Amino acid sequence: MNIVDEIKNKYGDRVEVREKSKRRVFVNAAQPDTKELVSWLFRDLAARFSIITGIDVRIGVELIYHMSFDAQGTLVSVRTQVPKPELAMPTLTDVIPGANWIEREIHEMLGVNFIGHPGLTRLLLPDDWPEGEYPYRKKTYGSEQENAEREESD
Amino acid sequence: MANWFKWGLKKSPWVYHLGASACNNCDIEILDTLTPKFDIERFGMTLVGSPRHADVLLVSGIVNRQCIERLKRVYEAVPKPKLVVAIGVCACTANMFRDSYNFTMPVDRIIPVDVYVPGCPPKPEAIIAGIVKALEKVK
Amino acid sequence: MDKKAIVPIGPFHPLLEEPEFFKFTVEGETVVDASVRIGWNHRGIEKLAESKTYDQDIFLVERICGICSTSHPFAFVQAAEDISGIEVPERALYIRSIIGDLERIHSHLLWVGLAGHFIGYNTVFMWAWKCREPVLDIFEKISGNRNHYGMFKVGGVRRDIKESDIPGLIKAIDGVEEFCSMLVKAVMDDPVIGARTKGIGILKKEDAIAMGVLGPVARASGVAIDVRKDYPYAAYDKVPWERIVLKNGDVFDKTAVRLLECLESAKIIRACLKQMPKGPIDAEVREVGVGEGIGQHEAPRGECIHYVLSNTSNYPERHKIRAPSFMNVASFKKTVIGQQIADAALITAAVDPCYCCTERMAVVDPETDKVLMTGDDLVRLCQEKTEKMKGTKGLRG
Repeated sequence: MNIVDEIKNKYGDRVEVREKSKRRVFVNAAQPDTKELVSWLFRDLAARFSIITGIDVRIGVELIYHMSFDAQGTLVSVRTQVPKPELAMPTLTDVIPGANWIEREIHEMLGVNFIGHPGLTRLLLPDDWPEGEYPYRKKTYGSEQENAEREESD
Repeated sequence: MANWFKWGLKKSPWVYHLGASACNNCDIEILDTLTPKFDIERFGMTLVGSPRHADVLLVSGIVNRQCIERLKRVYEAVPKPKLVVAIGVCACTANMFRDSYNFTMPVDRIIPVDVYVPGCPPKPEAIIAGIVKALEKVK
Repeated sequence: MDKKAIVPIGPFHPLLEEPEFFKFTVEGETVVDASVRIGWNHRGIEKLAESKTYDQDIFLVERICGICSTSHPFAFVQAAEDISGIEVPERALYIRSIIGDLERIHSHLLWVGLAGHFIGYNTVFMWAWKCREPVLDIFEKISGNRNHYGMFKVGGVRRDIKESDIPGLIKAIDGVEEFCSMLVKAVMDDPVIGARTKGIGILKKEDAIAMGVLGPVARASGVAIDVRKDYPYAAYDKVPWERIVLKNGDVFDKTAVRLLECLESAKIIRACLKQMPKGPIDAEVREVGVGEGIGQHEAPRGECIHYVLSNTSNYPERHKIRAPSFMNVASFKKTVIGQQIADAALITAAVDPCYCCTERMAVVDPETDKVLMTGDDLVRLCQEKTEKMKGTKGLRG
């Protein structure tokens, strides 16, 4: 099974696939398509869920879902961007229960709301940590334009 | 303090260890002192399971926000006379975690510390030497 | 029917009155629910990494965990090298494998000692930790420190292994391997340990896949994943060794996987020491480049994965760290529900939670918040069950 071909056949223009090497494949997907794509990789192509990385890109939060194909030795990283201020993303826990903790961590560190998660409570931060303070967020500037420029030059 | 009491303390100190946000390396080295190669029990020292039975309190780790209250309560639970030994660079000065958002202040600003044993981690011989040095303060 | 919330406390760090960490709800003798609260070790390392240079980061991530201290630098330097495809010299690859697998032996022996203590075999604890000492001495000879070796750098390793030291190191590894073989026989053939651990805390294969568990916990349940074979790196594809996979998923299988892996690691280390070519140990990298990189390493507890996003500066823009215990600890809920409370301490320990996350546990009544049982009590329960088993089965201890 060639994973890149499978993804391109099923999703065509809806995704952008970049094969950095045999081991590292990056897929850019739109926010509405991401959960479906990751669930398909897990259920139908038997990928292993590795972890989700959350990055603050000022205009939103970038989520990268790392899915490992151990038999082929390929790690597929599906990237999507969740726009601010809503920062809403459907949860993955109904398909992959192992995503429970990382969604809680991204919620408390970056402020992303995973809709449908069974319990988005604090994982790592102390209980008396102030609400609305997200430690992994970057410093933001006055205008949206300036934020976008800073992001480009970073 | 009665001399026989001091003699008892020096001859057979009971040690309680508290790991507060440590990477556990110091904690493993402290447990290593129990093993046959270092064997603190031949010195009469033993690790106990409750601070209320302890004479010497070993603290390791940077003590993050969640652990400060616990550290204070454990310190208060140790009966007098008590000695505190800060094990490892994290307990002495917070090492490289000084700038973390979850770090507040070094251990000696929360509770009084008698002996500092730096090292990352300090070897078991250094830990034993640190406890012995603390005991010498009992005059 | 009386319901009590019981939370077991770790053996060496019992707490006072506050509820924290593992919380079990018990009906009679059976655990019916379990939950966990962590955060006592959270030091904000991912954020801290953004304000440190790549070289400083290696020392920072080493201190995430003291037991598997080289696993994080191993994954991190590979992530940094993955950004622009930096080639590491061959001798450095062999040295990396040697250090990685020496750590695996010391970590598994540490765990076997603790599990022995939980079951009530303090001799196993003393022996396993005594056997660790030669491994730590080897580390001290190679790197200068028993733990936190500081061996890794982007593009290679920091210290070389002298040719004149190699025969002595091989002899030391032979000694460690001999001891591990003896331990394997002693533990796996002992009827009491077998009775105490077989059929306890079973993690089914489907649950293992759904929870994304890693390392020996996964391999004991029949999920044959091992980063050293699946994504070959360092020198793991240059020397012969076997993947250890069992199928029952109980505490016994988890113990067996770890013990047998120690023997495989000894093989790897010896082969690497013999085959290591002469040459440079450092690619002398000046900058990591711009882009993103991912590094994976099979730590003693499973896959350790680091993601690094780099910009034009010498500081990472984002450094994501995922230790294997993050996936493994959450699976304790599946293994402990339906089991007896006397086994709870053992089942939780069998996941081999890297102690940095799991040493805080407390026993509490949810209505009154009063402490019902200390950690010592729970470990004692675990040890008492073994004594009872020895008595009823008429087995020698």
